Amino acid sequence: MPWTREQMAARAARELKDGYYVNLGIGIPTLVANYIPAGMTVTLQSENGMLGIGPFPYEGEEDADLINAGKQTITELPTSSYFSSADSFAMIRGGHIDMAILGAMEVSEMGDIANWTIPGKMVKGMGGAMDLVAGVKRVIAVMEHANKAGKSKILKTCSLPLTGGRCIDLVITDLCVFEIDRKQNQMRLLELAPDVTLEEVKAKTEANFSHG
Amino acid sequence: MAGKVYPNAKAALEGVTFDGMTLMSGGFGLSGNAENLITALKENGVKGLTVISNNCGADNVGLWVLLNNGQIRKMISSYVGENKLFESLYLSGALELELNPQGTLAERIRAGGAGIPAFYTKTGVGTVVAEGKPTEQFDGETYVRESWLRADLAIVKAWRGDHEGNLIYRKTARNFNPNMATAAKVTIAEVEELVPNGALDPDQIHTPGIFVNRILQGQNYSHRIEFRTTRPRAAKENA
Repeated sequence: MPWTREQMAARAARELKDGYYVNLGIGIPTLVANYIPAGMTVTLQSENGMLGIGPFPYEGEEDADLINAGKQTITELPTSSYFSSADSFAMIRGGHIDMAILGAMEVSEMGDIANWTIPGKMVKGMGGAMDLVAGVKRVIAVMEHANKAGKSKILKTCSLPLTGGRCIDLVITDLCVFEIDRKQNQMRLLELAPDVTLEEVKAKTEANFSHG
Repeated sequence: MAGKVYPNAKAALEGVTFDGMTLMSGGFGLSGNAENLITALKENGVKGLTVISNNCGADNVGLWVLLNNGQIRKMISSYVGENKLFESLYLSGALELELNPQGTLAERIRAGGAGIPAFYTKTGVGTVVAEGKPTEQFDGETYVRESWLRADLAIVKAWRGDHEGNLIYRKTARNFNPNMATAAKVTIAEVEELVPNGALDPDQIHTPGIFVNRILQGQNYSHRIEFRTTRPRAAKENA
């Protein structure tokens, strides 16, 4: 059975390490915050200017001045800090953030990622995604393996405009986990979701990958 | 010396607006927007604006009102999702859009305020963002050159400010405001609480008064929330 959104988030959370500073993207990556292992200290950064994101507020305690990058209401922790957008991206671009977990529309076997636009169809903008993939030490993409028609989103080469080239280290899909060696240009299958077979992954993956 | 304090947003805008001007507007989402000044700009009617702002408001709030009033010619932003008016104006060709990575946008503004005409960054290398821009190798890696951003007018929103123009922001409403305050010919700040000089701790000032030309006490803040997310109270906490 393929992994659910929650299970993909839980799998991504297994990549966290004690003491990490982490930026979580919008969507499934945001759910990773619910699976930080007990006893582990992970500090979440929000690129609109906050370190130390706390849980959602109790009803009635929402503060319009306290939102995450997805514009959701959040809370602060005893260790939180606030700063300007320029300082926030100095953290990101200066290599001070240990890990970013982002959603993706396409990933290539070389570690390219596309997640900000579909020309002619969708105009949203890249927000902080281009800065994150360029500046963060380890970048994980969490995404659907294929679209509804069964077409692979794990490709030899991305067809959509790139967010960044050769920047993805790990890909977690609903079917499996791939590791990408950006120096060797190689993608390797690390694990399969329960009851998902290698044959199914091969059939639904356009990209070349090694396994075993 | 003429004072920096103005009675309201309309008065603060007097003599500093002209058609075709470049405007920086602080805020991220609906947090930290100069709502009083945006409303006054609508009433002022200035047209052909190039607006530098991370987003462009949401239905009936923030810069959306200037967009809806046909006053904006071009936006320089990083994210314009969840804004149907923006999307339809852009797709119809009525609005020009320059998308910047958010960190590049922030750094271009910071550079503009600091008098640094250009800088190199890894962000955007190998993407459409870098097309037509010079690149250079540093320590074996490719970086793209980005240039500064400066504006005729910056409008910023702070939590507290004094008559000198010293500003303190609140929580994530800070965002682009302190950077934009440094990068325009004229900066106008609106604050939730205008306090006498001496009321703010000099050690806690986020924007020193030198960057602020005019300041006003704002009113009727909407405190609008775009995505209200909450958690249930545990039973014992209700007891």
